[in-house]
Amino acid sequence: MEVAPESPTLESKTDRVTVNLGPQHPSTHGVFRLVLTLEGETVVDADAVVGYLHRGTEKLAEEGTYQQNVAYTDRLDYLSGMLNNFAYTLAVEKVDGMQIPERAEYLRVIAGEMSRIASHMVFVGTFAADLGTYFTPLMYTFREREAILDLLEMLCGARLTFSYYRVGGVAADAPPGWVDRCKALMERLPAKIDEYEALLTENEIVLARTKGVGILEPGTAVSYGVTGPTLRASGVRYDVRRAKPYSIYPTLDFEIPTATTGDCFDRYMVRVREMRQSVRIVQQALERMPKGDFAIALPRNYRVRPGAAYASVESSRGELGFYIVSDGRIAPYRCFIRAPSFINLGVLRQMTVGWKVADAVAILGSLDIVMGEVDR
Amino acid sequence: MRAIVDQWPVLLREGVAGYLKGFLSPTLVEVLVTAAVIALLLTFSAVTVMILVWLERKIIGRIQDRYGPNRAGRYGSLQLIADTIKLLSKEDIVPAAGDRWVFYLAPIVVVLPALLIYAVIPFGRGMILTDLNVGILYVLAISSLTTVGILMAGWASNNKYSLLGAMRAAAQIVSYEIPMVLSIIGVVLIAGSLSTVAIVDAQERVPFVVLQPLGFLLFFVAAIAEANRTPFDLVEAESEIVAGYHTEYSGMRFALFFLAEYMNTFAIAALGATLFLGGWQWGILPPYVWFFLKSYALVFVLLWIRGTLPRLRVDQLMGLAWKVMIPLALANVFATAAGISLWQRLFGA
Repeated sequence: MEVAPESPTLESKTDRVTVNLGPQHPSTHGVFRLVLTLEGETVVDADAVVGYLHRGTEKLAEEGTYQQNVAYTDRLDYLSGMLNNFAYTLAVEKVDGMQIPERAEYLRVIAGEMSRIASHMVFVGTFAADLGTYFTPLMYTFREREAILDLLEMLCGARLTFSYYRVGGVAADAPPGWVDRCKALMERLPAKIDEYEALLTENEIVLARTKGVGILEPGTAVSYGVTGPTLRASGVRYDVRRAKPYSIYPTLDFEIPTATTGDCFDRYMVRVREMRQSVRIVQQALERMPKGDFAIALPRNYRVRPGAAYASVESSRGELGFYIVSDGRIAPYRCFIRAPSFINLGVLRQMTVGWKVADAVAILGSLDIVMGEVDR
Repeated sequence: MRAIVDQWPVLLREGVAGYLKGFLSPTLVEVLVTAAVIALLLTFSAVTVMILVWLERKIIGRIQDRYGPNRAGRYGSLQLIADTIKLLSKEDIVPAAGDRWVFYLAPIVVVLPALLIYAVIPFGRGMILTDLNVGILYVLAISSLTTVGILMAGWASNNKYSLLGAMRAAAQIVSYEIPMVLSIIGVVLIAGSLSTVAIVDAQERVPFVVLQPLGFLLFFVAAIAEANRTPFDLVEAESEIVAGYHTEYSGMRFALFFLAEYMNTFAIAALGATLFLGGWQWGILPPYVWFFLKSYALVFVLLWIRGTLPRLRVDQLMGLAWKVMIPLALANVFATAAGISLWQRLFGA
């Protein structure tokens, strides 16, 4: 592992200090450990240590039936739980060759996009908190997140670990009145997003702390396998919803926000604009949702056809993919998870070296990782 | 009637002094009365800290769309008492390999300057502990002493991160002293005196914020940096990554640091009110009411800023002080001097 050489211009030998960030971190990203080597104020090396939240999900998935494993997937990217379910069920259905009812597709997309909005709200709040705003934007974004979570609780009974999707559809239909409440919330959200932007986007201090900080070149991003808003902020227009379309996305009208520089500010802006696009998607899906079944009735301990397939969705953190290998038993033979946060972390060192300590926190925050996904 | 409402603290003091002089020697009476006033000021600063902490938690709570403490006492008024009791009952941990005496003394050295500033703040006509004719110079000199206390705390903790944090805090305070001093020079030039009483008197017709808007802005920003409040609260945020200078402190010693911070906050608000907003003037309301209204207005702005803005990075902070504020403050001084000279030429003395 190469480390930046000692500055040759200094006459006196500067002490290199090793500072440990975490694993109990007052900032927000879960049990993550970052070992920084500092020369004065500047970071010369950043070594990420992960694994504090490893729970053996992939191995456990080989023991549980296909429907039971949905509950494990909630705990991956726990800030946007629905999208994990989405990726898993998509992969299992792809192995089996199953077609699910249209209403189920719509419910999946609506729940997934609402989860994405909620996740990006956590990002905006915690990113601002990392910059030092003493939690005020956090309180505002969590207020709207509560509204979304209340609706999702109405839908499936849970606020964080939803387990709403099933192989073959979703667990339950939308209760009466849910669609109207959703529409009302989606009407309110754009104004609230304006409120967050008014507080942060043109704030001198936010701009000074994030503009030009932690630039990620598009070439580097692609070669490290970075996906999601981090990649799009660097200018690469890759979104799984458009590149490898799934579910009803080909019929929906929405934009893929990208930016040009790839600094912390761009990563923030891309996510804010994604929130607005998600609102658009949900509104369209709510309008067009057909009547029908919400799932295929599958027998208990359903045996998926032997075969293997990889399916991925655009989760709020990047391309979340599942590679399921089935050998005809009631449980998968292998369940591999392509976790976007884990892969995005690879580029952290590149981005942090050369910046100051305070920037390291801002850069880590702008990557928006979730340890549940990183460690599985 | 009016005179009594406006001036009752002064009348009380004179009355008690007069009565005591009847049977005690005059010097002893002076000493006793001054001691009483000092005790009053100490109580006042303690009560002010209580009010300020309460205000901060409620106001920042409301800014964040929540209530703030409202269980301990009506509207959470007794919350600070509850917190103080908790802090007093904590174990007193002293770093084993640290410098004991420096460790014990550091919080005191940080609190004292904050308390001493109250000596020259005029709460009303004649309501000042001592009308030093170098009042402002005294304030600026005393506030520099906080740096020593911070360095002592960082050093005695025997923790390289504390030391780093302390040095950073010291650099910040020292850097922002210069624009603060320069911004006050404009006021001193117009008032023609360093005495706080004289400066308030000089604002009889127009407050200095009108004559020195840039000075006020610079003073306010520099003062926020002096008091280590957001957006200059690196010292506390340091605890995120590198341990700040007061990390090794627990219980009441830690409480002393925060006591100092809130006393400083009110002190700079009071100074701002005295130097730029006209102190305890003008009519209609009693002078001390005006004084508190103005001071608390500035305190509210400070809290508002704390609840809204993010933090500056260390190099941006230093850059702001040296590359922006000092040149602006110098320009302000020159412009003020030129303005006064022009005024004197056109309108006589």
